[in-house]
Amino acid sequence: MGQVLKLLVQRIALGLLLLLLVSLLVFVGTEILPGDVAQSILGQAATPTSLANLREELGLNEPAPLRYLSWLGGVLTGDLGTALSNGQDITTQIGLRLGNTLFLAFWAAVVAVPLAILLGLLAVRYRNRWPDKLISGLTLASISLPEFFTGYVLIFFFAVKLRWFPSVATVYDSMSLLEKLNAIALPIAVLVMVVLAHMMRMTRAAILNVMQSAYIETAELKGLSPFKVIFRHAFPNAVAPIVNVVMLNLAYLVVGVVVVEVIFVYPGMGQYLVDHVSKRDVPVVQACGLIFAAVYIGLNLVADIVSIVTNPRLRHPK
Amino acid sequence: MADMLLDIRNLRIEATVYPPGEPAHDIIIVEDVSLTLEKGKVLGLIGESGAGKSTIGLSAMGYGRGGVRIAGGEVWLNGRDIMKGGMRGFRKLRGKEVTYVAQSAAAAFNPAKKLMEQITEAALAHGMASQKQAEARAVDLFTHLGLPDPNNFGSRYPHQVSGGQLQRAMTVMALVPEPDLIVFDEPTTALDVTTQIDVLAAIKRAIRDTGVAALYITHDLAVVAQVADEIMVLRGGRKVERNTAENIINNPQEEYTRALVSVRSIEHEEKKPTADPVLVARDISAAYGNAIQVLKDVSIEVHPGQTLAVVGESGSGKSTLARVITGLLPPFEGTVTFAGRTFSRALAKRSKEDLRELQMIYQMADTAMNPRQTVETIIGRPLDFYFGLKGRKKRERVMELLEEIEMGAEFLDRYPAELSGGQKQRVCIARALAAKPKLIICDEVTSALDPLVADGILKLLLRLQKAEDVAYLFITHDLATVKAIADSIAVMYQGSLVRYGPKTEVLTPPFDDYTDLLLSSVPEMKIGWLEEVLEHRTMESAGN
Amino acid sequence: MRIPVSALIGMILTAGFFAMAAFAPWIAPYGMAEIVGDVWQPRSAEHWLGTDNIGRDLLSRMIYGGRTTIVIATLATILSFTLGAFMGFTAAVIGGWIDQLMSRFVDLMMSIPTLIFALVVLSVMPVSMTVLILVMGLLDSTRVYRLSRAVAVDINVQDFVEAAKLRGEKRTWIIFREILPNALSPLVAELGLRFIFAVLFLSTLSFLGLGVQPPASDWGGMVKENKEGIVFGIGAALVPAAAIAALAISVNLVADWVLNRTSDLKGGRGG
Repeated sequence: MGQVLKLLVQRIALGLLLLLLVSLLVFVGTEILPGDVAQSILGQAATPTSLANLREELGLNEPAPLRYLSWLGGVLTGDLGTALSNGQDITTQIGLRLGNTLFLAFWAAVVAVPLAILLGLLAVRYRNRWPDKLISGLTLASISLPEFFTGYVLIFFFAVKLRWFPSVATVYDSMSLLEKLNAIALPIAVLVMVVLAHMMRMTRAAILNVMQSAYIETAELKGLSPFKVIFRHAFPNAVAPIVNVVMLNLAYLVVGVVVVEVIFVYPGMGQYLVDHVSKRDVPVVQACGLIFAAVYIGLNLVADIVSIVTNPRLRHPK
Repeated sequence: MADMLLDIRNLRIEATVYPPGEPAHDIIIVEDVSLTLEKGKVLGLIGESGAGKSTIGLSAMGYGRGGVRIAGGEVWLNGRDIMKGGMRGFRKLRGKEVTYVAQSAAAAFNPAKKLMEQITEAALAHGMASQKQAEARAVDLFTHLGLPDPNNFGSRYPHQVSGGQLQRAMTVMALVPEPDLIVFDEPTTALDVTTQIDVLAAIKRAIRDTGVAALYITHDLAVVAQVADEIMVLRGGRKVERNTAENIINNPQEEYTRALVSVRSIEHEEKKPTADPVLVARDISAAYGNAIQVLKDVSIEVHPGQTLAVVGESGSGKSTLARVITGLLPPFEGTVTFAGRTFSRALAKRSKEDLRELQMIYQMADTAMNPRQTVETIIGRPLDFYFGLKGRKKRERVMELLEEIEMGAEFLDRYPAELSGGQKQRVCIARALAAKPKLIICDEVTSALDPLVADGILKLLLRLQKAEDVAYLFITHDLATVKAIADSIAVMYQGSLVRYGPKTEVLTPPFDDYTDLLLSSVPEMKIGWLEEVLEHRTMESAGN
Repeated sequence: MRIPVSALIGMILTAGFFAMAAFAPWIAPYGMAEIVGDVWQPRSAEHWLGTDNIGRDLLSRMIYGGRTTIVIATLATILSFTLGAFMGFTAAVIGGWIDQLMSRFVDLMMSIPTLIFALVVLSVMPVSMTVLILVMGLLDSTRVYRLSRAVAVDINVQDFVEAAKLRGEKRTWIIFREILPNALSPLVAELGLRFIFAVLFLSTLSFLGLGVQPPASDWGGMVKENKEGIVFGIGAALVPAAAIAALAISVNLVADWVLNRTSDLKGGRGG
């Protein structure tokens, strides 16, 4: 067990280091312009006085490393700064929206993950036959479809023509869960379509890889029932790769959320980020960028942890 | 016919293949094969790769690997046609009446489960024993097959025990349900020769003491002759000959069988060492990274026009020695002198002439040739690179070389994928010869080939040595090959040289312990060889 | 050689899209920004696809928009490909600390989702075609780097490369004669996938209002322009969205075929 613990600590430490480097990258990403942020925010309308004021406000007169450190210090204490465009406290604003985004992503995952695994199993079961071919054809199509295509097609038919669901996904606290789910039904559908095919295809590959192992043949040659072969022999070895697939796709989901929120005017992080990119509100963009990256890194970290913990070679060293 | 256990009649097996970019189609793997096996007897199935021997073995369990299916014929087991029982029927006999021992136990055990759970699983699933009974039987068998710490062996995970032990554990797994028949599918092929003999002895003991019948599948006739009562020779999915083991070895009827029996009986007269060795490697010590030392103080010489065979098992450092000599792995100690010149340790610092005079042939001819180059380009490149030959002159020389390796001009435009295994290795030989080298390092060049093809390659190498006066440093784990072609022999064990000298000297007693073990472990094409060796060993250890 | 129907359809459609991009001014019945009628007119003989949100001919705008989409995506793909493949091959062949440094940096870049990274950078960058191409190309080159490095490392450890090194061949020979011919097929398939990614990525950025700026427009931007019509049951926004999907699927059909044909290193005539 000592070895596993050591690896876990190492992996988590690496994740934290990565997060630190990502914060640096996000910060540097907004500094790469030859001019400065103030200039690009004000654009043509800049006067020397307004520039100087804005620079003062942004602390641009201080050297960049110092600004990075003070920003990082703020992030670590939960203070993400104030938005340039409206002077609101970013932490509060994100607090209001992060929950919504996670709510949407959570329900999309609840639908997509079991469905993808089920269809992945089906594809394996009917390998090289028509269900498998149909599934790989759908995959091909679905990775080619932009989110807004599926989004607007769904709105066009289900919100405008059939009027089953609202075209704008508005949620507020006083709504019941059922009302909320009804409101976000279409965004969930789009997100599911975004990740489903990929997750299915990768699940298929992961299961196939396990099912083609020699130890599955051994189990079959013991005369075990297909049920036992799968649950006793395939499942313990397939957990790690499947969790990996799921985590990787949830990470895709996080990115998909950005576009979907804009399509359905959903009050979440993605909408917030996109709005403030157009407004060139750098502190908000930095904060959102960091949070999205953190979620992404976190999901990958979970995948790695699961594969470390389920590896028999590590759990039972020689 | 009361004792008849297995009766396979006119078996025909097909498979659907899905080559990338081509439509799927069916191929025939086994055609019109019939065989019978009585209770308690052992039938050896022997053949080269593609002979269909594993496929026939698995058909006794109603099992087809991959897209393989039984397309015709009958398989009778214990007096009933198992093909009529459907999937349910197959499941009833698998793991109960018939069990299986795979080539690679390391892959065949589930890495996530303890050995005991897997070993007792079949007996429990078929309701043939209680957990306690099955475990007791397993522990008995662990003891019987010489596994260490039999009471606790089962609580380990597969990756925690060695390859030889796993192979024996798999045999135990096959024996626990007390089957009527065990299918052994190349159970010792992946093992080193000194481990193979122990596993082979364990298997033979287990078969004898439990009275189980067996289909023993292998490509190695000498191995199967030790355990089988009868042997069936297969080729290309068809039966060649079936007879008692005794008759197959001593009185083969078919030409193909005769060739298999007489394989590696090449006679080679040993040459005496000359005054000036072409290669002198002195006190070589080498390691990968800073960690594990894989070569300790190794010194060897190779004489012009002669062959030094470096022999050892996996992990002996024999391939590392080749890497050091070629400069791919600079040693941290020792020197390499070639034709009187001291070679730089690192490849990058050697001159073109140094490189030309020392060529190399690899084990896997498949990967040793660029799949996007034609035979002409492959053989022609050294001609251009070292001698500046171009155009017609180059082509003429390539044709000469093709002639020398007994291939014709029609191969010029072929790609490696269009050649057979033996032809590929021949092209690699021609590429090495094209440089007109003084020494060729041959790294396990025949071990990936079927015995008859390997024989052809060895004969070719010997003929070329005579014609071109080229020396070979021949790295191999196979002592039969060594006997066939070496002038002198270096035996390596765990990175050190344990025995070194002219062939007859090395192969003549008294031996050191390791060489004795190694030499006596090589299966001989002789009935009763296994017993002789084991008896000899028991006597020796009693004598000590 | 037999080309499957799906790949053939893909090829014809892809060629069609590129031809349309090349000859846009000659094909389009009206000008790109020319206002020719009322807002969101339905389909008619004059305006095959109707008109858009401010009364421009939708078909003409689709043709010009397609040109913008394809040109930017192509240039970004060329950038990401040359840069990524060059760096990936170099890292694989040279190895050592240079490889380590580049690979860890790419790991870091890839730990931020591409869209998020692009949004961060675009929040301070002036929006122009050059900036778009640079941002998309640079961000995507990390993926090309990973693939080409992996492919090259696989080939680099093969015996035939070792044989070439033992022969004394120079690094250029090893890269161009031994490694490249064997790496070509996976890279060609990847080229298609990278192009699709560029198309989708550009469309997404434009849809979010951060890509191509008005009055010029690509397909993604056209979805944005016409999206308000959807709630009134006007499907103008679906036309450019469907075009993006069609282009991506066409290229995918071709790439999928190339990939399937060469899923391993086994060579052979024309393989």
